[in-house]
Parts: sequence; structure tokens; C-alpha cells
Amino acid sequence: MSEIQTAPVPRRNTELVLLVLALIVAVGANYLVSLSNPDGLDEGFITQGAVLAGMALVMHIVLRIWTKYADPIILPCVVALNGIGIAMIHRLDLVNDDNAATRQLLWTGVAMGAAIITLWAVRDHRILRRAPYIFLAISALLLILPLVPGLGRVINGARIWIFIGPLSFQPGELAKICLALFFAGYLSTHRDLILLAGRKIGPLQLPRAKDLGPMVIAWLVSIGVLVMQSDLGSSILFFGLFMVMIYVATGRISWIVIGLVMVAVAGVFASQVMSHVALRLNSWLNAFDPDVYDQRYGGSRQIVQGLFGLSSGGLFGTGIGNGRPDLVPLANSDMIITALGEELGLIGLVAIILLFVILISRGIRAGLGSRDSFGKLLAAGLSFTIGLQCFVVMGGVTLMIPLTGLTTPFMSAGGSSLLSNWIIVALLLLVSHNARRPAVTGPLNERDMAAAGPDISARAKEREEDQTRRRGKAPASRTTPTNGKGDPA
Amino acid sequence: MSDLVLTALRLGFLILLWILILSIITALRRDLSIGKKARTGQPTAREVRKNPDLAPEPVPAPKKTAHTLAIVEGPLAGTSLELAASPILLGRAQEATVVLEDDYASGRHARLFPQGSRWFIEDLGSTNGTYLGDSQLTRAQPVDVGQTIRIGKTVMELRP
Repeated sequence: MSEIQTAPVPRRNTELVLLVLALIVAVGANYLVSLSNPDGLDEGFITQGAVLAGMALVMHIVLRIWTKYADPIILPCVVALNGIGIAMIHRLDLVNDDNAATRQLLWTGVAMGAAIITLWAVRDHRILRRAPYIFLAISALLLILPLVPGLGRVINGARIWIFIGPLSFQPGELAKICLALFFAGYLSTHRDLILLAGRKIGPLQLPRAKDLGPMVIAWLVSIGVLVMQSDLGSSILFFGLFMVMIYVATGRISWIVIGLVMVAVAGVFASQVMSHVALRLNSWLNAFDPDVYDQRYGGSRQIVQGLFGLSSGGLFGTGIGNGRPDLVPLANSDMIITALGEELGLIGLVAIILLFVILISRGIRAGLGSRDSFGKLLAAGLSFTIGLQCFVVMGGVTLMIPLTGLTTPFMSAGGSSLLSNWIIVALLLLVSHNARRPAVTGPLNERDMAAAGPDISARAKEREEDQTRRRGKAPASRTTPTNGKGDPA
Repeated sequence: MSDLVLTALRLGFLILLWILILSIITALRRDLSIGKKARTGQPTAREVRKNPDLAPEPVPAPKKTAHTLAIVEGPLAGTSLELAASPILLGRAQEATVVLEDDYASGRHARLFPQGSRWFIEDLGSTNGTYLGDSQLTRAQPVDVGQTIRIGKTVMELRP
């Protein structure tokens, strides 16, 4: 796995400036919403601005204290996305007479609190590597929870919710983080074995049947989710996550080939056997067919209305509060992208997509800079889940791929998605802090050994491996801080 | 509020969004640039003043520098290798700099690397261990000219 280093400079002031800008964007969006409100500026405007700004600044201070070398771009991007999302939900509330924005704001507070707790509790992402199988067990438990009678309930055809009293939650959202932690832990320890063993056929090096095990497990989990919970989106997400992580770990194209074959098999199976998958496919292929449009269950009305919304937005959009995004069913969760596209136009939507692209690229950059393979895999996997979710949602609402029920990260109304994505952000910030802080290079000294505690051998080994990799592969491209003089080359 | 002001505000919001994007990209420029401007490695004096932990560690005193690695005993006896500025991986794996055809060596057995003006040897968790002189390595240790390194049946030493 490759590695690129930057100068180890904390850039918290840059982050503060960008954060203020992001907050201005968020509050500005909300202000525009209030302009279209007949009651004028309501108290929602003030509380939303205050909560978002307050939590963002607390998070910024937390980053200053605990992870001062963390990436300065991630937090402003996420705050801007979250703020625009809340504003849009608030705007739809005004029409639908709902209070989803208040709930979303509450969840934003909870989610940012959870992110801060994650930063405080984890501190060094490498401690998460110690027990990969515990994370596997947790994710299995979380995935099974909605199937427990009395706890889970079927909503819109999918059994992915649990209800505890008045609270509802989608445990699958947290399961994706646990699965990413398990895959990262498993692959970082088994990477060498998977990489070396296996026979070569043509340009492809095939893995041994034994090493295929985890991939088959991931595949079965995805199929299980699809069959038991009728949740196409999550099943795509889980399998995509594993495929990308094993590709990042090994760099072998054969894994992608094997994975795609498995996807094809599962896809054919699902479209033949499962009625809701077939419905989705049909409403994708024949979206504009009047019969499909008017179908009572699983019709294409939602998608087509979304497309009409996008087209009425055009290049500059109708302006916030001026369009009719509320005509689209579920406009504040599944279809929030078309709502934004209608009111902000292509120019605004591209800006939002760019925010996602920058966020994902920063996550992958954190992985690239990370000095341990666990951090690399974790950052790559987590940022990929955000990317894949964006792709699946945006591809779905623009009729590029069949629409599946995934949330747009940070924007869709929904607490579980917000919570898990903020935890992902906290983990990415931790990995980036580890990647960007000054490197400890040179031979291991006694002080390090004493500080490292009982599992010294594992850590020392990892350090050596990492150093070998760093020095062995790109010795001329950088100078280490301990080198004394500059690079003679 | 008049329609004109509303439209101006709405366009203003789009401009604001793009200002955010452009500022983020400006802030990113430093990471994206490759070459001198990226300044990887050496922190400047100002950065060191602000963050004392960035200060470079003192370099060990220079000794007589080694320029060749000569294999004295073992299957490869008689061969020697010019030492450049890059580290050397010793082991049976094909990717190793010196591929040891020695049944007692591990795939990635040990690593010889320059630090300051000295060379250090570090065992990479090999099965049978690496010996510097008579003692088995437990951590990275500096290798002086003339000291013998033993891996399995292979014995080598640094020469000026």
C-alpha cells in the first residue's frame, strides 16, 4: 500500500476560517428558508443556527486539544452539508407542516456529541485493531436486531428498523462501521498471507480457496440482508465495502473480478426471485411508462417527480423556498438531492456534490498518509462507504441505476444515518491526525519500548514493517525529519 | 421584501457556496502540490518554534562510513553489494534487495538502513533471528565497519 506524507503542521486555524465560512453557508441557507416563511424569522432559525454553530465550535476546540494534526478540511465540509440538509428539511417542513427539522437538529447534536465521544474515547485508532472479531459479532448482532419479533417493524417494505418505546433506529447504519472495523482489522493482519498465496492464471493471480472465506461471508451477509430485511441499498453497501477494502489491501484486480461475478450471480438471483427487486428494476427501466408510474406499490412516481423537479430547477435553480420539491414523496429523506437540485439548480447541486467529493478525497488522503495498514484500510473503507452511498442515492434519483433506499450522508432526514456518519467523520479525523502528525522515525529506543507497554512485540514489528515499506518503496521522495541535512538528491 | 432582493439573495447564496468550495480548494493546494512547495520533511524554524515536538532529533556522531556490504560465509559467499542511500532488505523473498538462498532465513528477515551517517540493522521478526557479532538483535542497532552480521548460515560485514 502506498504512502504519502505532508509536512506535519497542525492547521487548526485554517479549519476555523473554513468552519466559519461553512457556518455562514448553513445559516444563510436557513435564512433564505425563513424568507419564504410567511411568519418571518421563526425561533427555529435561531436555535438551528445556534446549535449547529455551537456544536461545530465545540468539535473544533476538541480537535485543537486532542487531535491537533487532524485534517482541516473534513469538519467544514461536513458542517456545511449537514447545515444545508437541515435548512432543506426545515423548508419542506414549512410546506408539509411537520417538525422533521427539529428532530434532525436534535439528532445532529446527538451525532456530533457521539463524534466527540469517539474522538475522546478512541484517541488512537490503532486500539480498534485489537479485537476485530468483537466488531464482527457486534455487526452481526446489529443486523439481526430488526428481525427480532417485537423489536423490529416493517416500514415501506423493509425490515431495517427497531423500535424501543418512542425511539426508532436503523441498526444497520452502525453495523456498517463495525463491519469496516472488522474488515480493516482482519485484512491488515491477514494481508501478507492473502497476497502471497495462490496460483497465477494468465494476468490474474487467483487467491486460495481458503482466503476466499471472508469474501464469501461478506457475500452471504449481503444476500442475507437482502432476503431477510428486503434492503437492497444496505446489501450493495456491505458488499461494495468489502470488495473495496480487499482491493485496497491486496491491489489485486482478481478480487474485483471475483466480486463482480458474485454480484452478477446475486443480481440475477434477486431480480428473478425477489419481487421488490424486480419492481425496482422495472421502475428504473420503464420509469416513464404510465402503468409503471401509476402503480400503487413500487411505481416510478417518486423518481419521475424528482426528475421533473430537477428539470424545473435548471441551471440556477428556483431559489430556496420558491420551488415545489414537496411534490416528491419522501422529499426530505430519500429524495433530498432532487429537492436541493430543484431549488439550488445545477450550480448548487454541483457545489454540494463537490463538497462530498472533497470530503471523500480527504478521507482517502488520510488513508494514504496513514503509517499503519489498519488505518489505511479503515480510512479507505469508511470514505468509500460515504462515496458509495452518494453514488447509489444520486445515481438512483437521476435514473442512472435502480433506486435503492439508502440515505444521502449528512443530508437526509434520519437520526441513525446522521449518527453513524458523524462517527465515521470522527474516525477519519483520528486516522488523519495519526497520518499527519510528526513521524517518529529511526530505530526503536528504550523509552519507546517502555511506553509501549505489554504488546510491544506487535507494535515494534508493525513499526518496522511500516518503516521498511516507507523506506523501501520511496526512499528518494522524502527526507525524514531526523535526517539532519536536506535531501542530497 | 421585493422580488429583486430575493433573487439577488438566492444568487448570492449560490455564490457563497462556491466561495466555500474555492476556499477549501485553496486550503487543499498545499497537499496537492508536489515538489518544493509541498515542503515534506524538514519543518521550518518558525514551525519548530511553534511546535517544539517537530524539532529534528540530534544526529549520532559521524563514524567511518561503510560503502559495501560483503558476504563472507554461506551460499552467497564472496559477493558484495554497493551501499547507496536507500535501505536494504535481507531475506528469502524475491522482493528483498539481497535474496538469501538460505534455509534458515525468513522471507523478510532483516533490514539494513542508513540513519545519519551510520548504518543500522533491524530484525523484521524473523524465525531464527539476526545476530550482530555474538548477540542476537532485540532492536535496531548500529553496525560498525568490520562487525559481522549473521543470518542463518550467511555471514556478512560492512566494509568501507
